[in-house]
Amino acid sequence: MNPEYARHPIRVLADYALKGAVVLVFVFPFLWMISTSLQTFRETMAFPPTWLPASPQWQNFVHAMKAGPFLTYARNSVVVTASIIALQLVVMIPAAYAFAKYRFPGRNALFGLVLLAFMIPGQVTFIPVYLMLADWGLIRTLLPQILPFLSSAFGIFLLRQYFMQIAEEIVEAARLDNASEAKIIWRLMIPMSTPALATIALFSFVSHWNDYFWPLIMTDSNAVRPLTLGIAMLRETEGISNWHILMAGNVVLVVPILIVYLFCSQQIVKAFVYSGIK
Amino acid sequence: MASIEFVRVTKSFEKSSVIDNLNLTIEDGKFTVLVGPSGCGKTTLLRMIAGIGPQSSGEVRIGGKDVSRVPPGKRGVAMVFQNYAIYPTMTVRDNIEFGLKNNRVPKAERTRLVETIGATVGLAGYLDRMPSTLSGGQRQRVALARAMVKEPSVFLMDEPLSNLDAKLRAQMRIELIELHKKLGATFVYVTHDQVEAMSMADTIVLMNEGVIQQEAPPEDVYRDPANLFAAQFIGVPPMNVGELGIDGVRFGFRPESADLAVLSGAERELAAAAAGDPIRPGAGAPKPAGADEARYAFRGRIATREMLGAETLYQVRRDGEPGASFMVKCFADRFAVDQEVELEVPADKLFFFDAAGDRIRRDHPAHDAYVAALCSREPAHA
Repeated sequence: MNPEYARHPIRVLADYALKGAVVLVFVFPFLWMISTSLQTFRETMAFPPTWLPASPQWQNFVHAMKAGPFLTYARNSVVVTASIIALQLVVMIPAAYAFAKYRFPGRNALFGLVLLAFMIPGQVTFIPVYLMLADWGLIRTLLPQILPFLSSAFGIFLLRQYFMQIAEEIVEAARLDNASEAKIIWRLMIPMSTPALATIALFSFVSHWNDYFWPLIMTDSNAVRPLTLGIAMLRETEGISNWHILMAGNVVLVVPILIVYLFCSQQIVKAFVYSGIK
Repeated sequence: MASIEFVRVTKSFEKSSVIDNLNLTIEDGKFTVLVGPSGCGKTTLLRMIAGIGPQSSGEVRIGGKDVSRVPPGKRGVAMVFQNYAIYPTMTVRDNIEFGLKNNRVPKAERTRLVETIGATVGLAGYLDRMPSTLSGGQRQRVALARAMVKEPSVFLMDEPLSNLDAKLRAQMRIELIELHKKLGATFVYVTHDQVEAMSMADTIVLMNEGVIQQEAPPEDVYRDPANLFAAQFIGVPPMNVGELGIDGVRFGFRPESADLAVLSGAERELAAAAAGDPIRPGAGAPKPAGADEARYAFRGRIATREMLGAETLYQVRRDGEPGASFMVKCFADRFAVDQEVELEVPADKLFFFDAAGDRIRRDHPAHDAYVAALCSREPAHA
């Protein structure tokens, strides 16, 4: 970028205005959700809309949480999401390492298969998968929400790209230092790729924490339902127009994502310090 | 300790073979330098010894034992890489210690070794720093320490100095020579820099296109090159080469073997009149006895002058004649650009190469005839 242009005051102003507009587009619905979750029923129905509640209605949250077994939903969401991320990392790291650093016959064909899996949407396979899991008698457990996501094609792809950038000589030096392949992965590849791992884990977390379609198909009792389904069901128990209660439920759903995101983004910044040395 | 042998070794990448049926013995305890232009297969050989780029066929022996099936970490070799390959997420101490840990050396022993080696390479105060906070030279030392600490019988070095600045490189060359003397291990050093090869090697293995051109001590490669490639690879600037015009034979002489003398206007006329024995004032040292013996003489103009401090390089050229251009290295800076000069080389400093580039030595039946042909040339004509 040419610094001469950047310093021109009109340009600076236009620059900030544009950025501000983009931020507003993304942040506004979110802020409105929070605001609505703290309003009274009357305020949510008022026109023109209420921007800020007269006094925050914290009991909306209590109300929402009492409308169903939310502790169970929350526990299910945590267990499912955490298991998926942990298992994905266990499967993905060695796979990406092999694709990136080994030469073996059929490597490209196998990697093509991974990319193919990447391109098939879950909506294509959910019926056979459901029938298979039902056949195994697993529908009343959390496993149908976990097992199909054991391996993440996207994660393998992204991590392989990252591993490929790590100098071959570092792996060779470690082999000359008599390190086992497991040790090379554990002591070198993982610490050197924390930004990629944090990014992949974050994507995986957001998509599975927010997943609605898959658990909707794979569950038939409240005992195994996650938060997304529980909050969707508020519409039925609370009625379609109780927006303040629905939004309170949604805030509960979204807050963990924000916390995890803040944590991950710090990790990503920290980890980039390592990749600075070549 | 450990000598290294390559027995009928071949290496091919995707059908093209880089090294074909090569035999080489690297002596135990010697500092051997594999040198050649990039892509000549020198690094390929080094990686075969390390086991990180195994041969396609043939045998590599370390200490007489075939190591083809021995993994890299169990060969008793250590390697220093061109880009150092330091583990960036580990401290200097962890970097040096990593190999020891993997070899299950007890903790107390490890700590002692790391401290000792760290002090030896001058990193004592840096052991708990991260590599990213170190300078290039210090990282180089980490890589060296990491190799030394394992007390290997074979040290492999792949252009370890090429990322350092010229001053540090000169210093590290001396340190490596001393290190080799102290450790007494077998050093195999890969470089494309003939200065490094000449200055450090006990034995130079000169390679080109996967074939060994010459295997000899540095002074022999310099004084008695096996072929045209060796003659032109070693020496700065490279050996001057010209066509003899008989049987496709080429002659050569080193820039430092030629004497230069100015031709003044009068002398030029004189020389033209009495071609064959021009008078040369200002040529410096008095002519040694036997100065009348055969010499190759060439007249031209100084086209460029490079004053390098102790020595000066002149390019002597005869305009309009392709190939009529020679480099001369003088230890006194006496000439100026555009001066007319005569260059001459004593017969015993001349080299001859046949059409295939192989050396024609003194004992070759045609050698003397070639010398006579060259030295009887009129200095003003090609």
